[in-house]
Amino acid sequence: MTDLLDPLLQQAARLRQGLPDDVGDRIVESLYTDASRIAETSVDRDDARAKLTVDRALDRVLTHRVWGFVAMGVLFFGVFWFTIAGAAVPSDLLYVLLVENGHAWLQGLFAAVGSPWWLTGLLVDGVYLATAWVVAVMLPPMAIFFPLFTLLEDFGYLPRVAFNLDRLFARSGAHGKQALTMMMGYGCNAAGVTATRIIDSRRERLIAIITNNFSICNGRWPTLILMGTIFVGAVVPPALAGFVAAGSVVAVVIVGIGVTLAVSWLLSRTVLRGESSVYSLELPPYRPPQVWRTLYTSIIDRTLKVLRRALVMAAPAGAVIWLIGNVHLGDASVAAHLVTALNPLGWVIGLNGVILLAYLVAVPANEIIIPTIVMLTLTLGANTLGAAPGVMLELGDDAQVGQVLVTAGGWTLLTAVNLMLFTLLHNPCSTTVMTIWHETRSVRWTTLATLLPLGLGFAVCALTAFVWRLAM
Amino acid sequence: MGAPLPSPGVGPPPAGDACGSCALAPDATRRAKPGGTKRSGAAAPKAGLGLDPGRYDHVIALAGNPNTGKSTVFNALTGLRQHVGNWAGKTVARAEGGFSYGGAGYRIVDLPGTYSLLSTSTDEDVARDVLLFGRPDVVVVVVDATRLERNLPLVLQIRQITGRVVVALNLVDEARRHGITVDTRHLTRELGVPVVATAARRGQGLPDLLAAIAQVATAEDPPKPLRLVHRDPALERAVADLATQVEARFPGVPNSRWVALRLLEGDAGIESAVREGTLGELAGDLERAG
Repeated sequence: MTDLLDPLLQQAARLRQGLPDDVGDRIVESLYTDASRIAETSVDRDDARAKLTVDRALDRVLTHRVWGFVAMGVLFFGVFWFTIAGAAVPSDLLYVLLVENGHAWLQGLFAAVGSPWWLTGLLVDGVYLATAWVVAVMLPPMAIFFPLFTLLEDFGYLPRVAFNLDRLFARSGAHGKQALTMMMGYGCNAAGVTATRIIDSRRERLIAIITNNFSICNGRWPTLILMGTIFVGAVVPPALAGFVAAGSVVAVVIVGIGVTLAVSWLLSRTVLRGESSVYSLELPPYRPPQVWRTLYTSIIDRTLKVLRRALVMAAPAGAVIWLIGNVHLGDASVAAHLVTALNPLGWVIGLNGVILLAYLVAVPANEIIIPTIVMLTLTLGANTLGAAPGVMLELGDDAQVGQVLVTAGGWTLLTAVNLMLFTLLHNPCSTTVMTIWHETRSVRWTTLATLLPLGLGFAVCALTAFVWRLAM
Repeated sequence: MGAPLPSPGVGPPPAGDACGSCALAPDATRRAKPGGTKRSGAAAPKAGLGLDPGRYDHVIALAGNPNTGKSTVFNALTGLRQHVGNWAGKTVARAEGGFSYGGAGYRIVDLPGTYSLLSTSTDEDVARDVLLFGRPDVVVVVVDATRLERNLPLVLQIRQITGRVVVALNLVDEARRHGITVDTRHLTRELGVPVVATAARRGQGLPDLLAAIAQVATAEDPPKPLRLVHRDPALERAVADLATQVEARFPGVPNSRWVALRLLEGDAGIESAVREGTLGELAGDLERAG
């Protein structure tokens, strides 16, 4: 002990022995006594005007053991329903503008300047189409979802969610603040993983990092919303379609929370055993959100940034899709070979080779899953529809996308449901994997965080497919 | 309000394409690493703690309890318009920015929101180290006017370390709605440093806050660190005794009583600062100011 060599520290230790054991408590106590004396003499309270009762009444409902969860469900359902119902019209408009007209116009332009077929294919049919797709499919839902979510955040609702979920997390052996990092994950898993720094205990932080991927990030929302809209919503009469579609998305979110709790429980009882930390969670006062500012910042900060990233990822992915659809090895394209190889595995888990190949292409970003699936389906099912390989048909709206997937891809409701589950349960995107490594500095934990969700996804989808086929 | 300096030092460093919606947590690399801070602090305190003024004239540290509107004040001062959430602990990474006021450049560093400096968490260690060893020219403590009693312990702890403090009494608009009025002149007298009422969300009180910051930053003779006398006579004797020895060992240390208190409590960070002699460098502050 070097302490003993330092005279000042020796003296401190000696003096400490002469003091009661609870000296730390006494120092804090004296600090708080001073603080409360100063506060008392400086603050003038007009109790008649105190509006704290509104806060209290709201909290009584929003953090109620039962009603708290009901309110949570209703609020999130409302947000998703608003997003799905509101995004439909602008999405179609963008689709006509960018994908139909823009694509035809660009093709005409390239033909006019006499560009070789492969250049037109790579740039217009590959890069441009994939990018335009991402904008048309992602921008409207994001421009609605983020501001709504941000308004809830501004209002002070998120800490109430954390408060409600705290008991569940504590019972799973995880830190209550994990509810907050989970919420961050709904925006972006990389951000959620970074946010786990608010958890001090390494054990609980690792649990939060590993399970963050079960929060559906905004790259995955469009997939869920599209599948819910064109497959699940289509099962019921049109009047109910929106509600059922939103309900199916909420159901996946709830499954995600369930998996988060289950995996946390499992980890805290096996590889990450230990005590739960105690912490205090402050419930801030409700504040009226500043609507215009929120709209501005959430569009600038979130929507456009996410969109930029999606575009940066979509452009090269479009090129890759076009290339694997057009470079031939022997009698078939690279894509066809890969899909044929992946098909048996795809069948077992109720998906297909195209979807699995799309997940390989889309490792850098989940945003491009749907465009990749549609393009690959069209490329490989080209004979039935008469399209050029690697080119997306000009699809008018969501319903037509569904039709293509059913006729050319052979999709069923099972495929859609399992794709929704697989969207929830698969490996994190490469950015998140890098962030996990950066935060943990451990190859072991990074590998676990990557492969555990993937393994779960295979298991859950295989089980669903098995049961489904047995029942049908 | 001062215009933000158009330099690369303004605003949190870009997150690259690490992720889109991480307006809330972009910076993974520049956060002071727990543990590493103390060591690097020994060599070059300001640089090691990210408080190197660089091309700015003054360095400001922004402290406060979680959820007091600290990030809003930060945005208001730097002209940044990043989204600020309404929940505790959202500032995971340290943000920094700059602005100019009255012809001088100010660099402002946002500290993690903490309830105390008692070294019970990494965040509290980081905040404590920056305030003690980083020796910022001004510490702006953002205080929630609706919860003054719960916020004052942090102010008192910071005041025991330094006199270069400005208290931003924030959320006064909310306090007014709840029927709470705070006597800022009385509070100024009690704390011995400027207290400015602000409603940062509406931009109210910012000119006064900037003026107070400038005044403290350029003060030749800032207030002495606060001496809190302890009611427990045994504790008071021990503190006085140890403080004398701290001064004998490190002449000119401005906050010997606070250091003594921390040593009596066995604060590992302060103990290692004593062993490594880092504390001695604090004496330089006085010479510079005088």
